[in-house]
Amino acid sequence: MNIYALVKRTFDTEEKIAVSNGKIVDDGAEFIINPYDEYAIEEAIQIRDEHGGEVTVITIGDEEAEKQLRTALAMGADKAVLINTEDDLDEMDEFTVAKLVAEYLKDKNADVILAGNVAIDGGSGQVGPRVAELLGINYVTTITDLKIDGTSAKIIRDVEGDSETIETSLPLLVTAQQGLNEPRYPSLPGIMKAKKKPLEELELDDLDIDEDDVEPKTETVEIFLPPAKEAGRVLEGDLADQVKELVNLLNKEAKVL
Amino acid sequence: MSKKVLVLGEAREGALRNVSFEAIAAAKTVSGGGEVVGLLVGESVQSLAEELIQYGADRVVTVEHPHLKHYTSDGYGQAFMAVYEQEKPDAVVFGHTANGKDLAPKIASKLGSGLISDVTAIEGEGDESLFVRPIYSGKAFEKVKNKEGLLFFTIRPNNIAPLEKDASRTGEISSVSVDITNLRTIIKEVVRKSTEGVDLSEAKVVVAGGRGVKSADGFKPLEELANLLGGAVGASRGACDADYCDYSLQIGQTGKVVTPDLYIAAGISGAIQHMAGMSNSKVIVAINKDPEANIFKVADYGIVGDLFEVVPMMIEEIKKVQTN
Repeated sequence: MNIYALVKRTFDTEEKIAVSNGKIVDDGAEFIINPYDEYAIEEAIQIRDEHGGEVTVITIGDEEAEKQLRTALAMGADKAVLINTEDDLDEMDEFTVAKLVAEYLKDKNADVILAGNVAIDGGSGQVGPRVAELLGINYVTTITDLKIDGTSAKIIRDVEGDSETIETSLPLLVTAQQGLNEPRYPSLPGIMKAKKKPLEELELDDLDIDEDDVEPKTETVEIFLPPAKEAGRVLEGDLADQVKELVNLLNKEAKVL
Repeated sequence: MSKKVLVLGEAREGALRNVSFEAIAAAKTVSGGGEVVGLLVGESVQSLAEELIQYGADRVVTVEHPHLKHYTSDGYGQAFMAVYEQEKPDAVVFGHTANGKDLAPKIASKLGSGLISDVTAIEGEGDESLFVRPIYSGKAFEKVKNKEGLLFFTIRPNNIAPLEKDASRTGEISSVSVDITNLRTIIKEVVRKSTEGVDLSEAKVVVAGGRGVKSADGFKPLEELANLLGGAVGASRGACDADYCDYSLQIGQTGKVVTPDLYIAAGISGAIQHMAGMSNSKVIVAINKDPEANIFKVADYGIVGDLFEVVPMMIEEIKKVQTN
């Protein structure tokens, strides 16, 4: 089984976000594998362990992203690919990213491609379905269960709390929802082994892509922080009176009842 | 330049979802006086078309087919593309719902277009429109513009106000016949888990529980309060990790981002990841035993106390207000 997992390097969820000169400040920030992509990597490893084959993790970014790829290798992925855009591209959008990934994957005969259903930074959730469409393969998003039998797959998809049971066939792209599995922590031997696993670095030229082909279709013109929420009133007095006051405030002042 | 805008409406259990009306309003904003065309796809959707017009669509196109009973990206994709080819719109709007999120990137990819996802506000109008969307789960926002080609965006439920319903509005309702074939994914079964049919991302009121709820049973008073207010129940990661509830209820940086009119946090301490998912709610109430809990920093109103005492009292008080 030829398995791929798409991985994004993101800010740690603990990080506060600051903006300076219209950009997110990333000095000193901790970076992690996008949490939804961890589910994708874990599922990829489990599929390989059950059905055999190889797991390749792919990311797009600069050399810094190597760290997240090594973490994925330490979890148990077999190979990693970094599509390094640092020298070639100033701006990217989802159109750009999907095209780069699909260009890399188009002749790889992937059986299963896994990705997170959304990245916790950009939050658009576009890249998975876009890649599937470019490759002309089936896809199912926000999955919480995946069983593969030969070339058929049985999937449970989370649809805003409801769940759908879906049957489809390989080759297939799925995006992971929370609850799909419990991603493992890299073990110490895993971390040692990861250092020797192959990590291939590619640039646009290697993919035979011209910058103009991946020119973004959308542009971010401003980044800003939401107005700081001020702490409101903590009510006082007898609990029953507090509740009365609260319901009265919600009704009369906030007008939300 | 005035634009022709195509809006994909969405029905759930036989009724149009609010986000469809919000999408019509968004379409009007970007149309610059152009035409807003509603699109309804399903097994039987003809009867819903009029309401879309009453909320501001100039006309509606429907695609009906037995294979469109359940959403699949293939089926809905084929239906959408047939209408797209016929209408040749300048802009397309979907709701940023489970199915909207699933379908929009496929269509954008097929059309080679950009896609601005999860828009919460539109600044300016017509060609000058800028689209505001949350990043880092609402810890920050960005303003995005479309650089070239088709303008395509999805809107987050509950953020853009719909136009007022006008029952006297009329418009043409036409149907396009599409042979839906070659469905590569087949829906075998749908299990409804949502409480009382109110979807978390669209709910006007969310009552969320954290570790302080202590057990699955502990969610019962929260459910009662949510039902009373016509809202939905949510949870913090702590409550989900402890198996008190399903992960589909999780609100936060992983999980759902919600912006209801009223958010009631019960027994939630307020980790930064949880706050990212709810701090843009319009009014926040915090109930927690710990007066130092972070959640009080974003709450409009706070009660320091045991949720198992406070929530039942709230239910009684609200019932009194509702009967008056």
